[in-house]
Amino acid sequence: MSETPIVSVRDLGVHYPIGGGFLRPKAFVRAVEDIDLDIPRGAFFGLVGESGSGKTTLGRAMLKATPITHGHIRFDDGEVAYDLATISKAELKDYRKRAQLIFQDPYAALSPRMTVRDIIAEPLEVMKLTKTRQETDERVREIAAKCRLNLEHLRRFPHAFSGGQRQRISIARALVSNPRFVVADESVAALDVSIQADVLNLLRSLQRELGLTFLFISHDLSVVAHVCDHVAVMYLGRLVESAPTRQLFAAPRHPYTKVLLSAIPSLDPDHRDKAQKLSGEIPSPTNPPPGCKFHTRCPHAIEICKTEEPGLEEPAPEHMVKCHRWRELFQETVAA
Amino acid sequence: MTLLQVRNLTLEFDTDEGRVKAVDDVSFELAPGEVMGLVGESGSGKSVTAKALMQLNPSNAVYGEGSRITLMLDDGPVDVLSLSGSRELQVVRGGAVSMIFQEPMASFAPAITIGEQMVEQLQLHRNMTKDQARDLSIEMLARVGISDAPKRFEQFAFELSGGMRQRAMIAMALSTKPKLLIADEPTTALDVTIQAQVIDLMKDLVAEFGMGIIFITHDLGVIAQTADTVAVMYLGRLIEHGPVREVIRNPAHPYTQGLLNALPNLEDLDAPLTPVPGDIPSPLERPPGCVFHTRCPVATDGRCDTAVPAMTEITGEHIAACFALEDRRLAS
Repeated sequence: MSETPIVSVRDLGVHYPIGGGFLRPKAFVRAVEDIDLDIPRGAFFGLVGESGSGKTTLGRAMLKATPITHGHIRFDDGEVAYDLATISKAELKDYRKRAQLIFQDPYAALSPRMTVRDIIAEPLEVMKLTKTRQETDERVREIAAKCRLNLEHLRRFPHAFSGGQRQRISIARALVSNPRFVVADESVAALDVSIQADVLNLLRSLQRELGLTFLFISHDLSVVAHVCDHVAVMYLGRLVESAPTRQLFAAPRHPYTKVLLSAIPSLDPDHRDKAQKLSGEIPSPTNPPPGCKFHTRCPHAIEICKTEEPGLEEPAPEHMVKCHRWRELFQETVAA
Repeated sequence: MTLLQVRNLTLEFDTDEGRVKAVDDVSFELAPGEVMGLVGESGSGKSVTAKALMQLNPSNAVYGEGSRITLMLDDGPVDVLSLSGSRELQVVRGGAVSMIFQEPMASFAPAITIGEQMVEQLQLHRNMTKDQARDLSIEMLARVGISDAPKRFEQFAFELSGGMRQRAMIAMALSTKPKLLIADEPTTALDVTIQAQVIDLMKDLVAEFGMGIIFITHDLGVIAQTADTVAVMYLGRLIEHGPVREVIRNPAHPYTQGLLNALPNLEDLDAPLTPVPGDIPSPLERPPGCVFHTRCPVATDGRCDTAVPAMTEITGEHIAACFALEDRRLAS
């Protein structure tokens, strides 16, 4: 991977003020802190974590949809390159074309008063990407066809569509400006399983056909395992592990990743009670524990974990982990 | 021995757009201590079926002629659909039957403490004094793994985290010692690590209290981990029912097969995800014949689109409603 990554995150922090009064915030929530991450061009990159882990905030920061407190996010698609932390207004306008978002709930994301054609055309009109109505229509039809929507569909209103069809409309709207980088935040979570498979297949084929890079945010590890080629795991605002999918699932290094993987309910009825159980819940991000953020729930925590935050290490090529004890724990698993 | 018997349950809703059939001729039985998984996608009628067991459906619900729900209690059978008035309905609402909902925040009253709500139902259903009810409630909260139960007892629902709230909901549902527990997507809103804890808790409680459970979910993984039997619904009809191993390993109905093929399988990451073709029809336009024929890969014209297939026995307790299965059975 000699090419520059499309998105390169360095020492990123996103903090939100809480409490206090006007102009005088009392405290900050470090929703995202200390993130280093590269997303290669053309990747289907998965970002997983439980609620409160900061995965949505990180996705929003990469779209410059939330203020960046410190650090850098470099975007480089081969045509243009910006640092989102210092991006100018004019550049941001251009960036909006290149980076798009697909939402979770296709029922809330589409205006009930607009036809499907108008919904898909709106980004083109707002960003003034097409000059004539004819040009707009052509572009809408082209992207709609790619998302398996026909001319008849374009004339109707969203209420006439099922959840899966609505999500296809949202995808067409996100892709109409021909973006290079797309953030899909829990985009299949609200769908029934039989339709979820259909939307996932569509996202993958669009990614290949159009050469897109996807950041796929999800809490569902089995879905991520199937569609993503690289996965990053977050816990309490920190990135704890990141690796190529197969490697992460075959040989997870971080104790949290191991627990997450074993918590997925197995489809095998004879495989009950095999899960590694985690006690307690994710601590509040307003008052995170010192040291390694996971030490309060970690079965392997020792003294150093309570005081010192682990640094980023690379156990294998492209495999990153933040854990004081990954080496000895991994040797134990291998020995066992 | 049976705890619950549902016979020919048919349920329609009177709406402005006409009568909508939500449940169509559903029959099943549940034994005491049995955990039955009720699976189906949105609109399949699984929640409506479960709510019928407590007559919790809205007033525009019309039950079909031959519909019968019988609950076998210690003092004899109760015909659930013939109950009327809040006094009679107390037998099934919170008495012999309890329900856990998907979103515990919406199920607790926001301005009354958890404790008050728990005490109130115990006074109502088990004739306890306030002090007895308080002691039992705190004991139940501790039993479901809530630390510092006396403090939580005094708190409001919003002060608890999601997983904690769901535990409190379970403690409240079980404190009246129900014979039947209906759990409607109890883990769907929870994170996986918390889901694993709640599933474990429910397994322990079944072993301890021995009540029958109807576990509604769309997640077949959760079913595989918790249920003894599985019932699969599609557009208001029960299309397959059997022991969990049978149904998950040898699904008989094309819809159940389709559901399993659409699921990501962690054991085989190369396996393609195969969606069930087409979309679920609107309940206003229920297809004639077999309700699944519009999406079925093995449907035959002139048969599946005109006649409704009956349940066919696959092996022992495993049954499914499909003409292709009837044919295979006749051929062998």
